[in-house]
Amino acid sequence: MANLQSNFLGISSPNPFWLASAPPTDKLYNVNRAFEAGWGGVVWKTVGEDPNVINVNGPRYAGMRSNDGRVVGFNNIELISDRPLQVNLDEMRQCKLDWPDRAIIASVMFPLNEETWAKHIPMIEATGIDGFEINFGCPHGMSERGMGAAMGQVPEYVQQATEWCKKYATKPVIVKLTPNITNVLHPAQAAVDGGADAVSLINTINSIMRVDYDNLTMFPTTGAQGSHGGYCGEAVKPVALNMVAEIARTPGTSQMPISGIGGVTDWKDAVDFLALGASNVQVCTAAMLYGFHIVDDLIDGLSRFLDEKGMTSVDELVGVAVPSVTDWQNLNLNHVDKAVIDQDACIQCGRCHIACEDTSHQAITNMVDGFRKFEVIEEECVGCNLCVTLCPVENCITMVSQAPGEVDLRTNKVISSEHADWTTHPNNPMSVAKG
Amino acid sequence: MTQSSANAFLNLAETTTGKLDAKKIRDNFTEMAEPLNQNQAIIEADRCYFCYDAPCMTACPTGINIPEFIRRIGSGNTNGAAEKILEENIMGAMCSRVCPTEELCEQVCVRNDHEEMPVKIGLLQRFATEKTINENIQYFVPEKNSGKQVAIVGAGPAGLSCAHGLARQGHRVTIFEKRAKAGGLNEYGIATYKALGDIAQKEVDYILEIGNIEIKYGQSMGDDFTLASLESDYDAVFMGVGLGDVNPLRLENESVKGVSDAVRYIETLRQLDDASEMPVADSVIVIGGGMTAVDIAVQSKKLGAADVTIVYRRDQSQMGASLHEQEYAQINGVKILYSLSPESLLVEDGNVSGMRFRETQTNSDGVLTQLDTYKELPASIVFKAIGQKLLINDLDGSEIAMKKGRILVDEKGKTSAATIWAGGDCVAGGNDLTVSAVQDGKVAAQSINAYFQS
Repeated sequence: MANLQSNFLGISSPNPFWLASAPPTDKLYNVNRAFEAGWGGVVWKTVGEDPNVINVNGPRYAGMRSNDGRVVGFNNIELISDRPLQVNLDEMRQCKLDWPDRAIIASVMFPLNEETWAKHIPMIEATGIDGFEINFGCPHGMSERGMGAAMGQVPEYVQQATEWCKKYATKPVIVKLTPNITNVLHPAQAAVDGGADAVSLINTINSIMRVDYDNLTMFPTTGAQGSHGGYCGEAVKPVALNMVAEIARTPGTSQMPISGIGGVTDWKDAVDFLALGASNVQVCTAAMLYGFHIVDDLIDGLSRFLDEKGMTSVDELVGVAVPSVTDWQNLNLNHVDKAVIDQDACIQCGRCHIACEDTSHQAITNMVDGFRKFEVIEEECVGCNLCVTLCPVENCITMVSQAPGEVDLRTNKVISSEHADWTTHPNNPMSVAKG
Repeated sequence: MTQSSANAFLNLAETTTGKLDAKKIRDNFTEMAEPLNQNQAIIEADRCYFCYDAPCMTACPTGINIPEFIRRIGSGNTNGAAEKILEENIMGAMCSRVCPTEELCEQVCVRNDHEEMPVKIGLLQRFATEKTINENIQYFVPEKNSGKQVAIVGAGPAGLSCAHGLARQGHRVTIFEKRAKAGGLNEYGIATYKALGDIAQKEVDYILEIGNIEIKYGQSMGDDFTLASLESDYDAVFMGVGLGDVNPLRLENESVKGVSDAVRYIETLRQLDDASEMPVADSVIVIGGGMTAVDIAVQSKKLGAADVTIVYRRDQSQMGASLHEQEYAQINGVKILYSLSPESLLVEDGNVSGMRFRETQTNSDGVLTQLDTYKELPASIVFKAIGQKLLINDLDGSEIAMKKGRILVDEKGKTSAATIWAGGDCVAGGNDLTVSAVQDGKVAAQSINAYFQS
């Protein structure tokens, strides 16, 4: 089986699975249990200045469930560590002594003045931890005090704080980015400019889970009122993957190592992040929902996957899918896919028909020769993939690409082998002549 | 009813007694299928694919919009689900228990092709409708009084469904019922273990709650009223009389003690407060192949009979009881013998002691041939469950056109008489299912209403 040994920023860990800075890494007791379960590293829950912050004594978490009870989205309003700094430092020191082969990163959050960084960074580094992660993401509570996302949303602040952290640290510095921005490349570039060794993303997304249908208040509340929380869990993975890929494929940030975070639940999620440019992954929600032993499947599944692909290390997987991500304008407009329904596999639920009929291109029959039958009408099919997406039977509907020379029955045009995209399309007022 | 009067009513020997005590009987007569709780219902509802032009909907004789009611259960809108069911089938609660769903909606569920496990449509329907009936949530408000009066003969599923449909339209309905309770076969003909908790009567009460419906009990056609009097006194008449007579075996000694009607026995058992008083023998033979045969056989087992054998004249593929029902019988310890035709009743000391059968063969065209081999089985009770027929009295000598011993109707339930409609088991061409009777009543009510409008 492939060796999952990770060497992110020169920090050694037996596998690329770290627990993210969050409740699971709040104290030594939890972290010991995590390491016993097999996690490669932890980012210790964010520490800040004394006096320590105070958390609410009501609901801190809420979930969005599918009907079968699975929590697919999760949010929290917990602040950074609510324990005195020295307690955390003592435990970090002990932990590193007890678990020398695991990665222990200190997540930090300090206000925007240099003295605070100068005072705290060396003190924390003295515990023996392997590196820092700057929390620019916390979207609730801390951001109201000018820290967390409030700093992460201003590239200049990101750069400034990163510079101070680097100035007083000798260990690697990771900058954790907030997704609550319009373009992640700006704070990512700021991290690069501030001298960061890596970025990690995403932190949680501003969110209100739902309304309480009895009281008609937001849900959950602390007494009569609630406050928005940070959204995470499986549902946020696509948002995170896009941001990771943007950083990985954009000149200026692409050289920056990435620690991928956002909804990693099983090994396939880890493959997504790694292939799209992350060098390791961090996990929180899945552990909070199922316990630390989910790491078994993460390790085993990823290792077998690498074997199947003939890869011997995680590094071989990192970034392999990045070249497949491009701007829309570069997509080949001469490429034609058509949906094909495998009639032997079809269970005749008819959902492909009604979805296509009601909301798309009227390209799937419901009746053929008087019998219930769902067939693609090639003359109408634009290859949109809606039917494939909603079909409950795996691989029953597939997209088949037409070969150059074949005729697209929808347009009656012969498929060209030439690449032609929007940049050169005659309908594009900004079209550039092909050269 | 005392033990001896029950024995007389059921044509059993004076000495036939119960076999088990009350507690053991109660344990035996638990629900055939456990109801779903809220969590189970929501998880099960999530399995529904919300098919386009759903096959389950087409398979339902009453055309319930099954995907829509299941979707409503899934979203926590249980009352909305119940309304969706009841707008097509006002007896959705009993139907959810007695419908052979494995041959109707659940048989065509696309999940069968996917994982050989259909969505539990029957149990989901039961979940929604029972909540509504237990809480008596009414969805339908009658139109203003039309001034029209309709007589309905028989308060079974067809009659009650027709009555409710007419009552919604503002017509006044009088139901003439022979027995002391409404519900028809739901009350008198369904095995006790399928209708625990008095659900059949609760459903009747729920239906009557709409108003505009009066039931006159103890009214027999011919004795207490005539069809001609109804025709002249009412604007329209609906006949939902069911099948009041039992087919005979046509064997010598058929009236000997121990040869009993399955239907009568099931009815007696349903109406008893303490089933341990129900007479039953150690060895029981049931002649027939339908659901009544399964019901009587299983109940005999549950009452303590040691050997219960269903004997069916043709092969398994032609048996009226579904495979699911046959399996349920076998799980309960009932033996099923196929391809044996009743030849004679064996009698000892004036009581039946067994039966002699002739083996048969059914060819691929379904033609039955008698073979020259015979088989004898001992029994101290023989139940006849070979189907029912229309009680000729129920037609009261009228001139209504008939077909194969049943009333001939058009697709709207209209008979050959100008103002008489009919539906349920008493009409020709039906499949003798409760759900079909409900549909017949619903369609007839629409037709009668259209007739009033014209």
